[in-house]
Amino acid sequence: MTAGATSDETVLSGSLIILVSLLYVCLLFAVAYWADRRADKGRSVIASPTVYALSLAVYCTAWTYYGSVGRAAESGVGFLPTYLGPTMAAALWGSLLLKMVRISKSQRITSIADFIASRYGKSHLLGGLVTLIAIIGIVPYIALQLKGISSSFSILLRYPDIVMPRHAGNLPFWTDNALYVALVLAAFTILFGTRHLDACERHEGMVAAIALESLVKLIAFTSVGLFVTFGLFSGFGDIFEQARQAGHVKPLLRPAVGGYSAWFSLCLLAGLAIILLPRQFQVAVVENSNERQLRRAIWLFPLYLLLTNIFVLPIALAGQLQFPNRGVDADTFVLTLPMARESQWLALLAYIGGVSAATGMVIVETIALSTMTCNDLVMPALLRRWGHVPPGKDVSRVLLRIRRWAIVLILLLGYLYFRLAGETYALVSIGLISFAAVAQFAPALISGLYWRGGTRDGAVAGLAAGFTVWLYTLLLPSFAKSGWLPMSFLEEGLLGIDWLKPQALFGSSGMDPISHCLFWSLAVNLGIFLAVSLLRAPNAAETAQATLFVDALKRDRPVGGGFWRGRAEVDELIALAGRFLGAARAREAFAKHAGKLGMRSASELPADAYTVTFAETLLAGVIGSASARVMVSSVTKEEPLGLDEVMGILDEASQIRAYSHELEQKSQELQSATAELRAANERLLELDRMKDDFMSSVTHELRTPLSSIRAFAEILQDNPDLEQDERIRFLGIIVTETERLTRLVNQVLDLAKIESGAAEWQNVRLDLGELIRQSVESTERLFRNKGVRVSLHLPERPALMWSDKDRLTQVMLNLLSNAAKFVPEDTGTVDVELHKYPDGYLVQVSDNGSGIPADELPFIFEKFRQGSGGHEKPVGTGLGLPISRGIIEHQGGRIWAESTPGEGATFSFLLPESP
Amino acid sequence: MAAFLVGLLLFCSPVTALFDQPLYWKGIPLLYLYFFAAWAMYIALLAWILRGKGE
Repeated sequence: MTAGATSDETVLSGSLIILVSLLYVCLLFAVAYWADRRADKGRSVIASPTVYALSLAVYCTAWTYYGSVGRAAESGVGFLPTYLGPTMAAALWGSLLLKMVRISKSQRITSIADFIASRYGKSHLLGGLVTLIAIIGIVPYIALQLKGISSSFSILLRYPDIVMPRHAGNLPFWTDNALYVALVLAAFTILFGTRHLDACERHEGMVAAIALESLVKLIAFTSVGLFVTFGLFSGFGDIFEQARQAGHVKPLLRPAVGGYSAWFSLCLLAGLAIILLPRQFQVAVVENSNERQLRRAIWLFPLYLLLTNIFVLPIALAGQLQFPNRGVDADTFVLTLPMARESQWLALLAYIGGVSAATGMVIVETIALSTMTCNDLVMPALLRRWGHVPPGKDVSRVLLRIRRWAIVLILLLGYLYFRLAGETYALVSIGLISFAAVAQFAPALISGLYWRGGTRDGAVAGLAAGFTVWLYTLLLPSFAKSGWLPMSFLEEGLLGIDWLKPQALFGSSGMDPISHCLFWSLAVNLGIFLAVSLLRAPNAAETAQATLFVDALKRDRPVGGGFWRGRAEVDELIALAGRFLGAARAREAFAKHAGKLGMRSASELPADAYTVTFAETLLAGVIGSASARVMVSSVTKEEPLGLDEVMGILDEASQIRAYSHELEQKSQELQSATAELRAANERLLELDRMKDDFMSSVTHELRTPLSSIRAFAEILQDNPDLEQDERIRFLGIIVTETERLTRLVNQVLDLAKIESGAAEWQNVRLDLGELIRQSVESTERLFRNKGVRVSLHLPERPALMWSDKDRLTQVMLNLLSNAAKFVPEDTGTVDVELHKYPDGYLVQVSDNGSGIPADELPFIFEKFRQGSGGHEKPVGTGLGLPISRGIIEHQGGRIWAESTPGEGATFSFLLPESP
Repeated sequence: MAAFLVGLLLFCSPVTALFDQPLYWKGIPLLYLYFFAAWAMYIALLAWILRGKGE
């Protein structure tokens, strides 16, 4: 900060201010020149993501620099939505802006008009309409910048007095400094933007200069903010405290006049403007040099906005405290506060900051508008006059001349508007009015990126309708408020018709003018766009472009070359490009293209669809896509593709995608089928092994009783003189063993039947409690012999259910005899319990025997797995539990065992009331 | 997308009204503090999400 001068000597003079301003502009130009040189050497400075984010800050114009403070003084935090909107929108850039950048790169799109026109079949009409809307909407905004520079200059000139400039309209125009500002800016813009014709319409030098300007205005504004906050006051708290005592704070913190809807629509408006304003489209999309830049800009740009806004409210409050009698316009506080404290160098810095904010905007906006004017307004007219064949050898000079004139014209238009509008409402409120104008591009542009059904007619109709509503509800009323139209127009409606009141259409009062216009214009715009688009299906050109735009982010996205058929001569294409680019540059571009395809020179290029498309995009970068299409078709014999054929090409591509998708699916299905087969095979092997095990177990079990029968029978045969007692004992054993054999065979048969499902079931209604009691009674002898106490716990009510009585009894007997086997003699206890469950019964048989070891528990229900609890071989066949399981599971129940080794085991089964 | 919704909630909803009270911290109004703190947090969130995505 340089606030060194004393109050006695005044260094600031008109010539010094002009000198510093010119020096500043020269510095910018030097930076631009340096960046251009670096770019030529292939070491671009603007490839840096930070430079990109800074260049986006061209969003902050003089309207931000001076106007924010003015708005803050008037409506408190109401200045914030203009910056919060873009901050929120930044979150969506990752997909939306990325898509736009990618499309623009592949199609060499050079302006927002070109973008929209290209999306809807490269239409001249649409491009022209967008350009017209942009010019009408933006020229007043440029006028505002001129006013910013000129009035800050006038104020600074009167230093140390603080005098508000008189209305410039009263002065003869040659003494009006705004005119000279406009002319200097025009010259500067021409030097920046149209030194040569670039095939991709990028301006490295300009972007570098804009980034520098963004830094300068941030530094200047922050310096003033620091000076005010910590120099004039002692910190934020102090300012707010003093302002509160003076009664300034309370009204300031009411969020936005007009309430919630105004706040929301301002956010929306600013969020849209950040990509739809021609200058924003220029720096964000056209000048983008790689996609990595976007990533950083998404957070760095909002951070920039945050930094510029921190000091707005403190400066506004300080200004109100400093100039209590309201003789000083709040819009000038940034400049007048340092002046009031006679710190002239800071005032000069503040002035330069304002100049940088205004020049940055004017330069980029004018370049963008001149490109649009040239490509989308003048070129189509010229092409029509030339009959599609440009005369003369080098058209690039003509193009440059058109652009230069466009720049001068736009700036003069801006000046004219400034002269006419002066201090009136029409100028002061123009920032938001401009935003609302460009917001009309949103429906056609954004839905064009995601919806294939939009047509050119729909876009033209929607834009025209939205623009008309904007004109009627926002621009004309602002004229009326400036006194150019009778106020009755505003108060009584057009021709006195009440529901045509421009700021209360159809009686919709209660909204502030901006929300009102935004709502009606966007609703009408979108509605008509959709309705007209749905009237007819998109034609061939629209379908082709829709695919290129909508599928831009897909990995296997379509390439433009597919949509062209016809005959062409490569030499003619090169010659045509040469007329616009200059012969040498055209030859160079084609040679590069050939090199990429692995060919030695351009003459080897085949005259196919891809070469023609290359030529077309090359030209599109210079004269816009619509004109490029017309030019290329003038030298090639294109056979127009019908809608059917375009659809055919698209179908082919999508079929290939579908096929590969199908293949992938098939191979996955195959893989899973293989896995299933392998599992089935393993199951089969397992079953086979189990069958072998079963066979060997059965034969083993059969052989034991058989061999003992045989042994005793042989003893009886060989010793006929055996004693009677012995004989009877041996015969007894033979009988027991035979019974065991019979039982075993029966059980094997039984199990086989149950497992194969061949068993017969006779389900009857039975009382489960009764069945258990009978089973216990019939095994009573078993327990009594061993001295075991059996206790029954049965509910009082009969447990009625449907089941096979004999089979269930078999299960009960099995479990009871098992328990009898394993309980210790004399001290053994067995508990039998029956519980009712909501839809079934639980039966538990618990004993206090030796229990089942944990490692045997899982296999207890398998065939021939006998409990080894008692160390000696237990009696039984080893088929009782498998059979029980077969029965219970057949009846729709479940059987399981729990055991703590040494403390006993519990066998439980759960049965539904009816199977 | 989620970040965008967070933004809507922070800056464009009745949440802002919650902070619109005549409270002061060292003389600075609550609403002013809220806006800039929420704003800074939102930027940090965006930066964090993008870092998560990697290059």
